Amino acid sequence: MTIQDRIAEANAQIGEIKPKKPFLGGLRFGDSALRVVAGLVLFYLFLPIFVIILFSFNDPKGKFNYTWQGFTLKNWADPFKYPALTEALKMSLNIAAVSTAIAVVLGTLLAIALVRQRFRGSKAVDTFLVLPLTAPEVVMGASLLTLFLDFGWASGYVTILIAHIAFEISFIAMTVRARVRGFDWTLEDASMDLGATPTRTFFKVTLPLIVPGIVAAAMLSFALSLDDFIITYFVSGSTVTYPLFVNAAVKAAVPPQINVLATAILLISLLLLAIGTLYRRKRIDS
Amino acid sequence: MILPGLAYLAVFFVVPFYSLARTSLSSSGGSVFMPELTFAWDFGNYSQAFGLYQDQILRSFGYAFVATILCLLLAFPLAYVIAFKAGRYKNLLLGLVILPFFVTFLIRTLAWKTILADDGWVVDLLGSVGALPSEGRLLSTSWAVIGGLTYNWIIFMILPLYVSLEKIDPRLLEASRDLYSPNRRTFGKVILPLALPGVLAGSMLVFIPSVGDFINADYLGSTQTTMIGNVIQKQFLVVKDYPAAAALSLLLMALILVGVLLYTRALGTEDLV
Repeated sequence: MTIQDRIAEANAQIGEIKPKKPFLGGLRFGDSALRVVAGLVLFYLFLPIFVIILFSFNDPKGKFNYTWQGFTLKNWADPFKYPALTEALKMSLNIAAVSTAIAVVLGTLLAIALVRQRFRGSKAVDTFLVLPLTAPEVVMGASLLTLFLDFGWASGYVTILIAHIAFEISFIAMTVRARVRGFDWTLEDASMDLGATPTRTFFKVTLPLIVPGIVAAAMLSFALSLDDFIITYFVSGSTVTYPLFVNAAVKAAVPPQINVLATAILLISLLLLAIGTLYRRKRIDS
Repeated sequence: MILPGLAYLAVFFVVPFYSLARTSLSSSGGSVFMPELTFAWDFGNYSQAFGLYQDQILRSFGYAFVATILCLLLAFPLAYVIAFKAGRYKNLLLGLVILPFFVTFLIRTLAWKTILADDGWVVDLLGSVGALPSEGRLLSTSWAVIGGLTYNWIIFMILPLYVSLEKIDPRLLEASRDLYSPNRRTFGKVILPLALPGVLAGSMLVFIPSVGDFINADYLGSTQTTMIGNVIQKQFLVVKDYPAAAALSLLLMALILVGVLLYTRALGTEDLV
């Protein structure tokens, strides 16, 4: 029995005369022990990230960037040294942007319909929407590949787009649905009672209410598309996205520029996150 | 309003499964470069696929199961601290938890290759306390693959857990306290049951991608640790034995579908996103 346990036990015994502690003051193992465990888990989450950032400053001797050789800034001085890597990154950004733009429209319409109307079969639609999220990626990639083979379509940019939109729609629909579920839809009635047309009501009342949910869903969808490897691998043909480039590099040669770009993407995301938070805080303040 | 989205999913999610099913029942001919498929109700592909790749199927489910348990054990304390103890740092901590996942999945997995390397400090540390697996190394062992799976999908455990813990009304915990329930009991009788939807949603969201993954086994494992995803990928894209690969994919999907439908039947779809 540890000291914390003894203290917790003693506390429990004299609990009735003690002033109220903050709820759950000491769980089975004390508060601080819990915090330490949580801290260690957080460290575990960041360990590979530290390694990735560190190795963007590595000066590898061979073709692979797996062991530490020495500090250098030259990778950062020349992040776009490998045109194939830069092209792959551009391709990924392009696919993420286009597929998200299309999926946001289709997915948001689905979400609004699901939240506002309980129609016959809406429960079935619910379950149906979850399926693409729960199908293992290799199965989704494989099934799309057989479809394109059946159609006789050559794999490439278009087939990647089609595949990405397919998994993004459900994702966006579910996320937006979760965000708009609690809204007060009578505001729409109020708007129409005051003489606004349905179109005007949609743009002036409905849309502003759900935009934050849509933006969040779109950002996540963009990130999912950028990061997708498995499905893309099946339907890519000779088109190379950023993850596909990395995978090919693992088999041949891993330039440190991969780490530089990964770190840069991380920093940019962090910056956007910070700006978003500040912006929201400012709006709440004013 | 739902028609365009549903139509899209019908064509590019449902019809592909029809193609997959058709392919899985075809017999293959031709060469690797120009495979020719003829539809033949050939159920032999299934028994053949199951017979040949039984090991990989069992291994995939085993690895995914262990990874899910590990995710739960690691994620619970963190989600708990964020939900109940973080105070004003709650949002900052949530942001920190999500941040590592802004780095591409493949690059994160590659970083583990460096961390778990034979001459790395993790192997030294574990070696000095005698905790290394019997192979005397980490890379290329089952544990490396399971560790990779755990790392890559733990976020899908942390977030649903956090959401369900966060929803717990603090007054319930106070009530439990006021009724003289010891902390251990409050945990078992109040917190855990209320967190159960998060536990189940998280387990499903971790288990499914883990079962189908082939990257962790490819980067961190060896030929002794191949999973069903590795087989499907290789059969489709390298060997081009489409019927066998299609049969395996459908088998995997069927096994998972049973679990998903049971889940949505019992708990609905709301905790999943």
